[in-house]
Amino acid sequence: MDAKQLFNMLGPIQAKKGYQFNPDASMTMDLMEMLLVNKERYGHMACPCRLASGNYEMDRDIICPCAYREPDVAEYGSCFCGLYVDQRWIDGSIPHKVVPERRPPEKVLAGLGLE
Amino acid sequence: MSKDVKVFALSTCIHCKHCKEFLDERGQEYECVYVDKLTGDERKQVIDEIKKVNPSLSFPTVIVNGKVIVGFDKAEIVQALEE
Repeated sequence: MDAKQLFNMLGPIQAKKGYQFNPDASMTMDLMEMLLVNKERYGHMACPCRLASGNYEMDRDIICPCAYREPDVAEYGSCFCGLYVDQRWIDGSIPHKVVPERRPPEKVLAGLGLE
Repeated sequence: MSKDVKVFALSTCIHCKHCKEFLDERGQEYECVYVDKLTGDERKQVIDEIKKVNPSLSFPTVIVNGKVIVGFDKAEIVQALEE
């Protein structure tokens, strides 16, 4: 599967759930590529902007769409990596801020065996 | 006075990529460490280093002359570069 195929597959599925891709096409396609890199590297599509462990169970909360998408989009209009955005973010009625990391660092360390 | 800039990044992170592009456009030199490409003790040491300055262990973590900027926050980075 390539980035375009992933984009075409995911788009309708996520749109039904109320999530749109970032209108910045180059950013969205970059992120599609990076999801495929992580799929190849780890066996699952870990969030491209988080340090994954490669262990499915340990990474479950950051497998895209991550467990933090809903609260992040609700609060910031965008998910952590910027792949999914809402209408407020698209029409600029919400400021484009850096989305802070919601994932507890303990999970990052546990995944890497570095507690 | 030249600034000492270090970027802790992930090779797959789009914000890290944009941050590096931004620094490149400004002609700002920096050291970039791709933590996802490190292994073993080296990775552990770098993670310990990041944890000290950015407990959330998120990326990018940018350090400009000792000042820490979490995430690609353009305004904060510019301010740190121009101080």
